[in-house]
Amino acid sequence: MDLLAATDIIIPTKLLVWFGLACFFTALGCSQVGTFLVMRKMSLVGDAISHSVLPGIVLAFLVVGTLDSPWLLIGAGLSGVLATLLIELIHYRSRIKQDAAIGISFTSLFALGVLLIGLKAGKVDLDPDCVIFGQVEYLQGYPRVEWWGLEFPRPLVSFAVVGVSATVVVAVLYRILLVSSFDPSLAASYGYFPAVVQLVLMGLTSFVVVSAFQAVGAILVIALLILPGATAYLCANRLPMILLLAGVHALLSSVGGVWLALSLGINTGAAVVLAGGGLFTLAWLFGPVDGVVVRLWMRRRAGEGREPVSACE
Amino acid sequence: MIALETHDLTVTYRKRPVLYGIDVVIPEGNLIGIVGPNGAGKSTLIKAVMGVVRSTGGWVKVFGKPVKESLKRIGYVPQRESIDWEFPVTVMDVALMGTYGKLGPFRWVGEEQRRRAREALERVGMLPYAKRQIGNLSGGQQQRVFLARALAQDSDLYLMDEPFAGVDAATESAIVELLKELRSQGKTVIVVHHDLQSAREYFDMLLLLNMRLVAFGPTAEVFTTELLQKTYGGRLTILSEMAEKAAREGTGKLHPKNEP
Repeated sequence: MDLLAATDIIIPTKLLVWFGLACFFTALGCSQVGTFLVMRKMSLVGDAISHSVLPGIVLAFLVVGTLDSPWLLIGAGLSGVLATLLIELIHYRSRIKQDAAIGISFTSLFALGVLLIGLKAGKVDLDPDCVIFGQVEYLQGYPRVEWWGLEFPRPLVSFAVVGVSATVVVAVLYRILLVSSFDPSLAASYGYFPAVVQLVLMGLTSFVVVSAFQAVGAILVIALLILPGATAYLCANRLPMILLLAGVHALLSSVGGVWLALSLGINTGAAVVLAGGGLFTLAWLFGPVDGVVVRLWMRRRAGEGREPVSACE
Repeated sequence: MIALETHDLTVTYRKRPVLYGIDVVIPEGNLIGIVGPNGAGKSTLIKAVMGVVRSTGGWVKVFGKPVKESLKRIGYVPQRESIDWEFPVTVMDVALMGTYGKLGPFRWVGEEQRRRAREALERVGMLPYAKRQIGNLSGGQQQRVFLARALAQDSDLYLMDEPFAGVDAATESAIVELLKELRSQGKTVIVVHHDLQSAREYFDMLLLLNMRLVAFGPTAEVFTTELLQKTYGGRLTILSEMAEKAAREGTGKLHPKNEP
């Protein structure tokens, strides 16, 4: 299951760079979209989408037969949006609340995906382990493309396209996303209709989730969506800065993750998430805005009482 | 000229009616208070006008056109509780949001927008706090920031959802002065208000609401025991007693003040 550990040979630098880049581009797209999920208190919807894209991916894969076709993105996008619609449908048309509706929709769709893989597993090369845990390591098995004298595996190109284009879309829609996350009523009055913005964000989430799927697998995708934004939120007070720091988190956890995977001989996806979790813990303790240590220090300073320190003045 | 006109405006929430057939014609250039008991649909009325809450019947026109075409002429100040105060935006960011409506979502924010945002903050006395995150402000200051945002929108019709809720007395009078200034510039300001006592002093016209429109007209004409009784039902007795008590104590307020 794990090539890095199993082969036990010296890994060429080129491969390491590929793994690192694959993780980075994946995490980058997720970090930008995921920051808005965190800000909108929709992290769990992100989790739901990351699982519900599975049947779309499997169906598309069964039709086209490879894992790096744009059809997979489209299939994933459609089933992700379908999941959001299902959630809204259940929750608006009945007395079931949103949390339960999320639980129902994504597990059902995920199960459908697992069932589809199971039915076709003998005939096609889609490994359930790979879907659930992700296998960056398989990058080396893919056909190569050459640019400027440098060699890349094909999936790396699609990781890069997804990561960069998701970042660009977030930058272009920045003001709409900001206003509608902060004050939906103002957004509506500007003609940024909340339902439309919501669908666009869900579509974007599905889009970045697909490549994350291949890198870290279905279970850990949510970490790439939530950790960067959550970590950055503890370190900055303005959204543009938070988006930038989320990107930095994506970079550091990818580099750290690949290093960790290599030195411990573990699955790269898990290592990236672990590195990201470590960064979050650091921010939680020492974050300049809301870190535990900073708050303790402020309280102590306030407690000394010579100079009353108040949050307001 | 008519600022706002609704015809048979009806809102139901999960088959329960919240607003019934509201017919009202609000003339331009006035300071109007929407008054009524809790659950009367005061906030719902302005949300339905904005299209934030979907109406189940009737129509709304703003300056003679359907709301969708006049949205850019409307400034909206939401209820304080509806905002996530830990959201990572600064005072300046919020004021700048007021300029986005006319700017559109894709053009760069320029010096013109920044100047308008600064001016708006200056008018409410919040410019010195421009770089502060909005959670690090007192309730009154937060309310002023949202007023600044509305000012930066440079609208002709303002809809404000309980701008006086949870603000200190100084901010309350500052806000009232600002509203009067807006009126003197020919703007129409509609305010959801829940303090009967001060409603009488603040507003030129009152809209008495209790799911249905009870009355709408100049304050002197509609602020009568009979109409208020009709609006508040049995609860008015308690309310007027409270108001008298508050007046005797010299606070003139029915609601508790927010700590800064």
